[in-house]
Parts: sequence; structure tokens; C-alpha cells
Amino acid sequence: MTKNDKGISVNLISRQKLEELSSNEKLDFILKEVQKGKVLVLEQGLTSMEQTNLIEHTMREIEQDTFIGIEMEGYNEDKPTFLQKFLGKMKKPRMTVIGPADLLKTIRKDNNMIQTKIIPGKRS
Amino acid sequence: MGLFSRGSFSTIIQKIFGKRHARIGIYGPPNVGKTTLANRILRDWTGDIMGSASEIPHETRVAKCKKNVKVENGKSSLLMDIIDTPGIATKVDFKEFMNTYGLSREEAKRRAKEATEGVIESIRWLEDVDGVLLVMDSTQDPFTQVNVTILGNLEARNLPVLVAANKIDMDDSSPATLKSAFPQHPVIPISALTGYNSENLYTTMVKQFGRKRRKKRR
Repeated sequence: MTKNDKGISVNLISRQKLEELSSNEKLDFILKEVQKGKVLVLEQGLTSMEQTNLIEHTMREIEQDTFIGIEMEGYNEDKPTFLQKFLGKMKKPRMTVIGPADLLKTIRKDNNMIQTKIIPGKRS
Repeated sequence: MGLFSRGSFSTIIQKIFGKRHARIGIYGPPNVGKTTLANRILRDWTGDIMGSASEIPHETRVAKCKKNVKVENGKSSLLMDIIDTPGIATKVDFKEFMNTYGLSREEAKRRAKEATEGVIESIRWLEDVDGVLLVMDSTQDPFTQVNVTILGNLEARNLPVLVAANKIDMDDSSPATLKSAFPQHPVIPISALTGYNSENLYTTMVKQFGRKRRKKRR
């Protein structure tokens, strides 16, 4: 549910769920949920390459009267230390929030906080 | 005249250690001044221009390329193919073109459709560039997701990046904010419109894009 007066779904997606999916499956899942009007908070966000692919997928799905794109904010993965690189341990991307661009609005983002607002009136 | 003619020693060094020809993409979100900067570079080094700039976002909706632009820095130089790419965005709303910029519904829809195709084309070009001139608006918050995503993507590909902190001719510009936001990359404050600090930009471009690097293929 999303467009009626029952409210807007904000779903926290666990790291386990995301790790079960391949990169393409993850992007399909996210985009389908967002197109339904849901706001997703990913416990483990997308890599920069996945974010770029998501933007590309989103552009293909834009329907001018119903889906204008996504709002996405998150923090990129930290740079691995020399030791982590040596051991082949890459850092995972951090939490990310993604939603329909006509619902979710980023207010402010810095290194400490991502502040967003959900503006339901835009979909009514 | 000695064993080497003037400039030949640096040419030999450049041949051994550096690139002579690089394909450079001008990237960034819509309306940060990418085409204005492309026009500035071309006007300064070829006398030509790349395309028209506009205050309406997504003016450039098809990537444009100018080949063999020779940018000099003292005795060294770099031959570049400059690609002016459409602005990358996560959303394109035709109503914004109508309500904010007064385009007709039909015009706005066409522009929005072409803009989405332009974003895809820009992303595709990332596979084929040797370096990126990332243009950011120094009057805006630097931590936009598009900036962060593009930078992360370029870092993953190990592509050299130079951030052009544009619009420093505006009263509310803050290039220092951009510098502190992305300390891992060279940030050059410029005004593509007035040409302010463009010499510094060209010097850094030759240095930054002339280095040999192993590009990671994806």
C-alpha cells in the first residue's frame, strides 16, 4: 500500500536478505519496491557500481506521469586499509535510504547524518 | 644546441612515464556548468565551442566529443578527446520543466524523455574514458548522491579524477567546502563563465590526466 490514506511503507531491508541476492536481483528488487511507492532503508547499502547501475535501470523505467525516478542517499564503503586489502577483505557499503523521487526528499546530508522527509501529498 | 633539442628531454620522459593522448569525460549533475566549461576549454585551445548552455537543466542530452584538443603546460602537453556528457540525475520530472522554466507540456515531455536517455549514455561513456573532469557547483551542497556515486564509481575503476569547483564567481560559492568534502582528489576552484583560474585547471589537467594508470575494467 502506498498511495492511499493508510500511509506510506518504510521497509528496513536486512543485510541477510540483500546478501542472498545477486547484484542484478538486488537492483530489480529495489526498483520494483520503489515503483510501488515504498521507501526502503537498506541495512547494507549498494556499492558505487551498483548505485550507478540502479540509476541506469531507473532511467529506463521512468514513466512521465507515474514514476519520475528515485531519491537515494547513503554512505559509500570506507576505503580498505592496507592490511584489509592484503587479506582480501573489502569493506561493505553502509546504510542507504531509497524511495520514489516524488515522495522522498533529502533535506540535508553530511558525514554524520542523512536527513530526509516523506512528502505524501505529492502522490495524492 | 646540445644533444637534445629544447623540450625533447621532457618529451622523452613523457613518452616513457606518461600518456600522450587521453579521452577525458566532463561529468557532473545537470546545470553545474559542464558545457560552459567544455566551451571554455575548446575556446582557449582550439577557438571552437562544444555546444549551447542553458539555465534549463538537461540542455545537453546527447554526449558531444571534440577530438585532439592539445592542452599545454610549459614544455609538456597532452592531447585530449574531450567528451561533454549529459548531466547525471536519479530523477527527471517533466513537470519541473513546465512549472519552473515555462516549457509547453509537449516540449517538457520530450526533454524529459531525451534527458533519461542522456543519463544512460553518460553512464555508458564511463567504460570508455581515461579520466574524468568532474564538475560541481560550488554554491551547492557537495554531498549530493550523484556526486558521491560518480566519485565512488571512478575510484572503483581507478580512473584519474579532477574536481572542478565551478561558479566561484557567484557570491554564495564555497570552494573550500568542496575541497574539504573530497580531500582525496584535486579540487580546482574555477569560473567556467569568466575563465577565472582556468590556467591552474589546465596545468592540473595535464599533470593529472597525463599519468599512466591501469584502468580497471568492469
